[in-house]
Amino acid sequence: MLIFVLKRIGFMLLTMVVVSILLFLLLEIDIRGVATMVLGPYSSEEQRDIWLQQNGYLDPLYERYLRWLGNFVTGDFGESIRFKTPVSEILWPRLWNTAILGFWTFAVMIPISLILGILAGMNEGSKLDRSISVTSIITTSVPEFASAVFLSTIFVFWWKLLPGTSSMSDGFNFRELMLPVMVLVIYDFGYVARMTRASMAEVMTTHYIRTAVLKGLPYRKVILKHALRNALIAPFTVIMLQINWLLSGVIVVEFAFAYKGFGALLLEASLTSDIFMIEACAMVAVFVAVATQTIADVGYTYLNPRIRFS
Amino acid sequence: MAFKFDEGAPVLEIKDLNLSYWTRAGEIPAVIDFSLTVHKGESIGLVGESGCGKSTVAMAIMQYMGSNGTIKSGSIKFKGVELTELNEEELRHLRGKHISMIYQEPFAALNPSLTLGNQLKEVLITHEDLSGAEAYDRAVQMLTDVRLPDPERVMAAYPHQISGGQQQRVVIAMGLMSSPSLLLLDEPTTALDVTVEAGITKLIAEISRKFGTSQIYISHNLGLILEVCDRVFVMYSGEVVEEGTINSLFTWPKHPYTHGLFGCIPLPTADKNASPLQPIPGQLPLPHERPPGCNFGPRCDFFQDGRCDRGVVGMDSVTGTSATDHRVRCVRWTEIDYGAEVAHGEAKQPMEFGDTVLEVDNMQKYYEVHDRSIAAIISGESVKFVKANEAINFSAREGETVAIVGESGCGKSTFAKVLMGLETATEGAVRHEGKDIAEIPVRERDPKQIGKLQMVFQNPFDTLNPSHTVGGQIARVIKKFGVEQDKDKIRDRVMKLLDIVKLPRDFYYRRPRQLSGGQKQRIGIARAFAGNPSMVIADEPVSALDVSVAAAVTELLMEIQREHKTTLLFISHDLSVVRYLADRIVVMYLGQIMERGTTTEIFDPPYHPYTEALLSAVPIADPEVTKREILLEGNLPSVLNPPKGCPFSTRCPRKIGKICDEDRPPVQMASEGHAIACHIPLEELRRVEPVIRVPQEDERVHVKEASA
Repeated sequence: MLIFVLKRIGFMLLTMVVVSILLFLLLEIDIRGVATMVLGPYSSEEQRDIWLQQNGYLDPLYERYLRWLGNFVTGDFGESIRFKTPVSEILWPRLWNTAILGFWTFAVMIPISLILGILAGMNEGSKLDRSISVTSIITTSVPEFASAVFLSTIFVFWWKLLPGTSSMSDGFNFRELMLPVMVLVIYDFGYVARMTRASMAEVMTTHYIRTAVLKGLPYRKVILKHALRNALIAPFTVIMLQINWLLSGVIVVEFAFAYKGFGALLLEASLTSDIFMIEACAMVAVFVAVATQTIADVGYTYLNPRIRFS
Repeated sequence: MAFKFDEGAPVLEIKDLNLSYWTRAGEIPAVIDFSLTVHKGESIGLVGESGCGKSTVAMAIMQYMGSNGTIKSGSIKFKGVELTELNEEELRHLRGKHISMIYQEPFAALNPSLTLGNQLKEVLITHEDLSGAEAYDRAVQMLTDVRLPDPERVMAAYPHQISGGQQQRVVIAMGLMSSPSLLLLDEPTTALDVTVEAGITKLIAEISRKFGTSQIYISHNLGLILEVCDRVFVMYSGEVVEEGTINSLFTWPKHPYTHGLFGCIPLPTADKNASPLQPIPGQLPLPHERPPGCNFGPRCDFFQDGRCDRGVVGMDSVTGTSATDHRVRCVRWTEIDYGAEVAHGEAKQPMEFGDTVLEVDNMQKYYEVHDRSIAAIISGESVKFVKANEAINFSAREGETVAIVGESGCGKSTFAKVLMGLETATEGAVRHEGKDIAEIPVRERDPKQIGKLQMVFQNPFDTLNPSHTVGGQIARVIKKFGVEQDKDKIRDRVMKLLDIVKLPRDFYYRRPRQLSGGQKQRIGIARAFAGNPSMVIADEPVSALDVSVAAAVTELLMEIQREHKTTLLFISHDLSVVRYLADRIVVMYLGQIMERGTTTEIFDPPYHPYTEALLSAVPIADPEVTKREILLEGNLPSVLNPPKGCPFSTRCPRKIGKICDEDRPPVQMASEGHAIACHIPLEELRRVEPVIRVPQEDERVHVKEASA
């Protein structure tokens, strides 16, 4: 087990190094391009040469990469062209905002989707199952930008219950968070619920559930003790993947509600060719992707005794 | 919850029960007019082929029919309490406490992510309100009662950590936890090896005697029913066709179906040349296509127009012979004289064997296993060898049938893989028609060679591609093997093959899902014979099939073999089939040959002690055949860590001492061709009594009674 975990972590680090090399080559192999982006299109050739000289861009490629990697690992992501401040000063608060949004989305979505999935899967083919399945297909197939507009119309313009933007200009405001969370939950709960339903329905047809029923156990115990433990193994992996989805999937929602999060930052950086910001955002996204995947793999192994003790 | 049990009433009383399933096609009667009474301590057998409704009866007793199953009419009374009127909550108090069930596949019946202890304890915690600690002690006690070694370790283990036989013991322990009055056993040993089966059946019998538990034992195996039951019910297409005490029914089977079943089983009196098996013609009718009158009518040799296809056939009590308490559902049972009929199929000439086709010379197959735990890496023992086959020596001649027998994990399938080229041998030679193929993988063999050495697989349900027609699949093989290239000729050849396996020619256009299990296996045989093989390996070809279907497929396989003078290598765990069709037998255990010789040599002393145990474990459906009882203790040792000396030393009941543990047994030749690998001197092995004793024809009860 320990070896397995160490192996997964090693693999995760390797993936990140490979991605970082690709990213570096993609963005920084054309050094004159970098200088143009940093100094602007109206800088002179001489200015660019001086800038390149000063910032060590004339050194061999591998030396530059290693220095770049060293800076990255120590948290020095360079200076944002757009904000004229170190990238980290902008990045971390934005990431934190997205984390808050993600946390509340999960806090609402996971219980709802698991409960609905389990209820649907317990009695496959029942009316409850069919209504849950249909609902989740509908909500999942409505894109975020549509539901964002739709919900805004209802809550902001008709009922005037919630603020239409979530810029948090007067400090953290929970009411401003509600609409973005709602949009994300509606979009994503159906997916997790359907995965849970499929897993639960499969478990309910197994022989060990029949054994548990014919042992005379109360139905509640059959579900809670015998079915859930096996049925939740598969959704666990799916839930971990949703974290990854949230990080980049929030772009539309953050933009729609002017929420100052990671997704909006990534979008702004791309639009303004803020090269060091893009690099930092990309690496953060890669890290989250690889880390959740690793946790999912390790967790799956841990939850499944057939693998854990083999 | 307290039930008002009437202790004087029978444990279970089923009267005129009719069960139906609702499907898209409408109502399908699954069980018709079923009555059964079980008294205290009695053991009832339900036999029949798949689809006859025997498991449905068990589920109805448990009142667990699924959402589409209903009880149309009739009553099921448990100690006087009508089960069909109970609600879910009442049923819950009944299940697991008063009636419990033991299942066919123990691994599937246990929850993979809960410890066994947890699953055992909850029975008592639920039904007897015990605390965790008390329940733990009782569970450990019960595991000791079902003779599991090291019960504390089992309590902490997960299902996958113990062997199949141990899992079944745990399931039995679970069923007995709350001392139920009635135990339902649904094919409890079908998934287990014969020696393990023998242990389990003995355990069930002992335990029900000890606790006074009544049993309903469901099985397709008549031999097993004979060993464990007092009374037996034979079911066919949803109805009981015959019921009676074991002795009466097995000695005087009155229903043509029951009689037909016995003709399908390779009993010790059957012989492939002198008295071959007699398969029942036709197929089980689908539930919605049952014929009028007697369900068995269309398949019955004694069918009479106007009598057998009219009205409802009721149960009739058998009188006359010394039969007691014996009933049969047949209008003609008094008229049929089985003695006057030809007892078995036509006698055939024994085959003559030709040149040697296969020669296996000191073949070895080792697998490397990499242990990646930290301890193994530190100690440097990270690579271990699984000795799947060790020093395999034998030969087979043209037209001969050689059987390899042994329990799961004995290396018989690995051996087949090496022959087929799916694996290559680690050492030694395998000469097929003089060419050494031991180290040539199947991809490097030329198509002719592959066509000459073919295989019939165990599970016909998985071996055919569901999206191609039957004809297309066989045609492709013919082309690949280079038998024919011309399209029309290939088609002709496919048609001929279909004729050979006795399937109608229009099966060419069918897809596998339109075929029954027996038909699929016939296609499997046709495919194997497409390249005119000189040798066919049959890996348990009939073990997945029902008794009557298996008999037909076995007979077919032997007929084709006879016509084509094919060498047949028959791999099986079932010694009764092997005795019936093999000319020579190789007994394997943990990758090594324990004994080899002709069939008579294997079945008569001298025996290897393992052969002796295997013979004793085979259930025989003939009450007048006697067997010596030899029970093997313990489990098959791990192939990763086999005993140093004789592989069988850990379980051998005849072990003579240290030498068995430490030295490889010498191969002793009892006669030319009969080899036994054992430390016990031959003279001593010769003094052993035969395990199976078959009475002479004139000693038999029905013969004596007829002459008296």
